[in-house]
Amino acid sequence: MNIEGYLKRDYITNMVQEGKRLDGRGFDDLRPITVTKGYVEDKACGSAYVKLGDTEVLSGISMTIGTPYPDAPQSGIMATSTEFRPIASPYFEAGPPREDSIELARVVDRGIRESGCIDFDNLFIEEEKVWAVFIDIHLLNHDGNLFDAAGIAAIAALVDAKKPKQENGQPIRGEWDGKLPITCIPIPFTFGKIGNKIVMDTQIDEEYAMDARLTVTTTSTLNAMQKGGMGSFTVDEVKGCVDKAFKRAPEIRRLVEE
Amino acid sequence: MYGVIEMSGKKSDVQLIKDGVRFDGRRFDELREIQMKVGVLKNANGSSYVEWGKNKVLAGVYGPREMHPKRLQNSTEATVRLTYNMAPFSVDDRKRPGPDRRSVEISKISSEALTNVVQVHQYPSAAIDVFVEVLQADAGTRCVGLTAASLALADAGIPMRDLVVACAAGKVEGEIVLDLQKEEDNFGECDLPIAIVPRTGEVVLLQQDGKLTQEEFNRAFDLAFQGCMRVYEIQKHALLAKEVPQ
Repeated sequence: MNIEGYLKRDYITNMVQEGKRLDGRGFDDLRPITVTKGYVEDKACGSAYVKLGDTEVLSGISMTIGTPYPDAPQSGIMATSTEFRPIASPYFEAGPPREDSIELARVVDRGIRESGCIDFDNLFIEEEKVWAVFIDIHLLNHDGNLFDAAGIAAIAALVDAKKPKQENGQPIRGEWDGKLPITCIPIPFTFGKIGNKIVMDTQIDEEYAMDARLTVTTTSTLNAMQKGGMGSFTVDEVKGCVDKAFKRAPEIRRLVEE
Repeated sequence: MYGVIEMSGKKSDVQLIKDGVRFDGRRFDELREIQMKVGVLKNANGSSYVEWGKNKVLAGVYGPREMHPKRLQNSTEATVRLTYNMAPFSVDDRKRPGPDRRSVEISKISSEALTNVVQVHQYPSAAIDVFVEVLQADAGTRCVGLTAASLALADAGIPMRDLVVACAAGKVEGEIVLDLQKEEDNFGECDLPIAIVPRTGEVVLLQQDGKLTQEEFNRAFDLAFQGCMRVYEIQKHALLAKEVPQ
């Protein structure tokens, strides 16, 4: 059991019920966010470092040549993984991915995949050969709201990515064939429910008191949603979160595009 | 039926809606046929079997029992663990046995949804294990599994504040429809599974993937909610129909 979380839970819940947050933010205020594209510029096809408050995430794109899925022989493929490295939190342990990191990776993956931002038909090489786009997300410091930090880092790294050159179905390392075409910018927002209040961009102490969360990823349409946690949302709360996710996305999208 | 669809078929080869009628003959707001039965397994403390369209799902409950491994015990409440598993023969292409990333995620969010209604404070340190076995899959198995799981918990006599009931809505060829079946799920534009606590209307599970405008989301969400309320009635009937030994 996480004693720190157990001890802080009631204190934070009561504070939020009074309309206050630990760091003085309003319920809909985000922490300062910086997006740095091309953070590891030499080897990776693309990369981005995102700092959201004290949460730090580094995402890298690698492209290799792979085999397409049998039901889409003309389309490229993608895979997303997250690593909860022990360096990022005293509560992360080394070892194979646990359910939390699997869920995070799959929610980020759906946001990217369902938006159609990667033009998979453009990644066909030849019979049985397509580009495989790997999005790897490294958590460097965990101070809450990993879903948004990871989702923003993933799309920013894709925007940064170059497509490797290939010859006869073999990639040529260090030579590039222009940018990886990205057609839209999916932006995730995660809403935390604490008591009967909903706050945006939860920091880690608030997550100890969080009963449920709802992640909403949008472009011009909804692309992916995921509710997590043992608490619940009312129908009106869900619709309100969706509305906010659409309204707030442009301010983050601007940072990713810059 | 408009003929058999090859699974490798492209979306453009398939017509899923014709003259306002869906691929399997349903209206837009119509559920598939659903049958439920409780008390189907001898060893489990509670169990249920649900046939929902072509889905066949079995759920069994063991517990409250001692939590293993012990370090995961929660000294203030019981831990509800749902394990979702697909039989290798439940889908067209054999599914490799054992947990994969998809089933780990489904197990996690379904466990959280069930924990919401179980009176966990009555059984500190205990585990309540729910096993969901998908024997035949035809889209919507996480909803069927969760619906079956809450029935099995009720059958086991675990104290709960309500059942959990799940149902999906989605978008197929531009239309918002209820309870997608396989072809609609494969070739449709969007899937939105939700689970609710019917007495209070709280949403305890929600996922969405695919493209929906905000207006379409609101319609699909309301439709899925109505679907849940209808499935809830079937759940209650199944519990009342259980033969109680004299």
